[in-house]
Amino acid sequence: MVALTLREQAMLGGDEGAAVQKAMELLVRYADALGAERFVETDNVAGVPGSSPQWVKDAFKADGGDYRAVFSRYDLDSDVVVDVPPMKAGFSCHLQGGMDPEHWPQMGMSPQAHANFVADEREVAGHGIQVMKTCTPYLAGNMPVFGEHCAWMESSAVVFCNSVVGARTNTEGRESTSAAMLAKRVPDWGFHQTDFRHGQHLVDVQVPVGDIFEWGMLGYFVGGAVQDAIPVIDGSVSGASVIRHKHFGAAAASSGGVELYHMVGVTPEAPTLEAAFGPRKPGERFVYDAAARARTYETLNAVGSSRDVDFVMLGCPHAALEQIAEIAALIEGRRVSANSALWVFTSRAVKLAAQAQGYDRVLRDAGALLMTDTCSSISQAVPKGTRVAALDSAKQVHYLPAIMNIEGWYGTTAECVDAACTGRWNGRLP
Amino acid sequence: MSASHPVQDGQPEVQPTIVLHGRKVVGGVAEGEALVTRETISGWGGIHALTGMVIESRHELKGVSFAGKVLVFPGAKGSSGWSNAFHMAKLAGKAPLAMVFTVMTTKVALGAVVMRVPAVTDLDGDPFALISTGDWVRVDGDRGRIYVWKGGRPRA
Repeated sequence: MVALTLREQAMLGGDEGAAVQKAMELLVRYADALGAERFVETDNVAGVPGSSPQWVKDAFKADGGDYRAVFSRYDLDSDVVVDVPPMKAGFSCHLQGGMDPEHWPQMGMSPQAHANFVADEREVAGHGIQVMKTCTPYLAGNMPVFGEHCAWMESSAVVFCNSVVGARTNTEGRESTSAAMLAKRVPDWGFHQTDFRHGQHLVDVQVPVGDIFEWGMLGYFVGGAVQDAIPVIDGSVSGASVIRHKHFGAAAASSGGVELYHMVGVTPEAPTLEAAFGPRKPGERFVYDAAARARTYETLNAVGSSRDVDFVMLGCPHAALEQIAEIAALIEGRRVSANSALWVFTSRAVKLAAQAQGYDRVLRDAGALLMTDTCSSISQAVPKGTRVAALDSAKQVHYLPAIMNIEGWYGTTAECVDAACTGRWNGRLP
Repeated sequence: MSASHPVQDGQPEVQPTIVLHGRKVVGGVAEGEALVTRETISGWGGIHALTGMVIESRHELKGVSFAGKVLVFPGAKGSSGWSNAFHMAKLAGKAPLAMVFTVMTTKVALGAVVMRVPAVTDLDGDPFALISTGDWVRVDGDRGRIYVWKGGRPRA
């Protein structure tokens, strides 16, 4: 049984209201399921609190069928409906949602689904939950610090939080994050504990990995190699930056389920190879050489056959401002082909900046759309009739073709923009 | 408990073929037909919540529903939407009856909790070697015990 502090006992007893009590009840059940001995406090929680499609609301019709009913009965898994107060955690942020707030008709969403989306968002904001609507909260105003205990969902954000920042989070779920926003607690288990965070396997990188395309491929290889273990990456990796880590981590989390990686001399818990492994004995050694790189490229392009590309999606994970600048520079003066479409996804915060810079205008003039909140995989939305997509994200090419039953190509951002403008795929391994 | 086989409603019953001891994840008792896989299961993108069916390409259970079965599997993989996907299956009446798994993760722990199905892990034997699809399995989450009747439901 998880041990509770006096304060936690009081919360469980209802001293801080019924919603906090129900949140603690769920967290105690969760901690006991894990075998955790105590809780850690957190003030930084990222989830999808209370948002739901209409059928979930309808399932709780007897309880009112509203946000309050869903938050109580579904998010908190409570047997009774409780009043939901503003969230207690200072950073309580809403990750990606189901549609773009402006271009939802182009995504094929119904007015009813949009009305439900608007109503949920009003509730989210009204409960003091930050409407970030992104898989990259660290680019939109929620940047944790080294050692901070967090409770995050979204695999690409979790791996960034642990690896690049050195903050500490498990892969939380919808119900645990909603409860943690109210109780400011998560089980002290797994990645919250120092002993758990040491490296397990070595990845020896023997070919130069410098740009975002190469970082994405290396990430996909690493996930496939170590599965959900903790890899230590050493060798010829250069040019570390937020966007390269973003693509590397998202890829490793998709192909294998990596939640924390160490990169020697790059990430904060790996100043040296020895520090990265700590007291753990290194397990397997995987080599990323020219042959492994070529195999990874082939795997990522295994679901591409037709070179007639009718859809290009960029911004997985959500594009940073510098990526939108690159896309704008690549497409300025060109037009998206009549046989194709280009959707670029980012957060609302970054889109505002992109509008101020004029990038949004450049994309619009070229026939492309700069969208927010979601992506094609999350919303399960592609332009009508899409058969072949081109993508610059290993994560998106891992998921989207399977989800939408379409073909997919993986390449550089420039190759993808070119495919959008010509309607043809001409990517190749450099 | 001293006896290796349980007694229910005062009626002696057929002794189980195998009894495994483990750790409670979620309490409660449920029994039914086993559905066994050595492959981890993805939640979001890996199952269809409204039917309880595994949909992941190349998964050995692709097209098979876990609804109403005792799911014996290594554990969870994939998206952080694992608990949400299984929670929706529960809401749609398509949750497994109980779960037996070998690798603890936050995904599978939270999923078991919100589905409120008996679940046991940390077993003293290899469930994949000892339990086959179609065996009759009782999961006693409260005591952390798994009772297996090989070949299907026992007849007294």
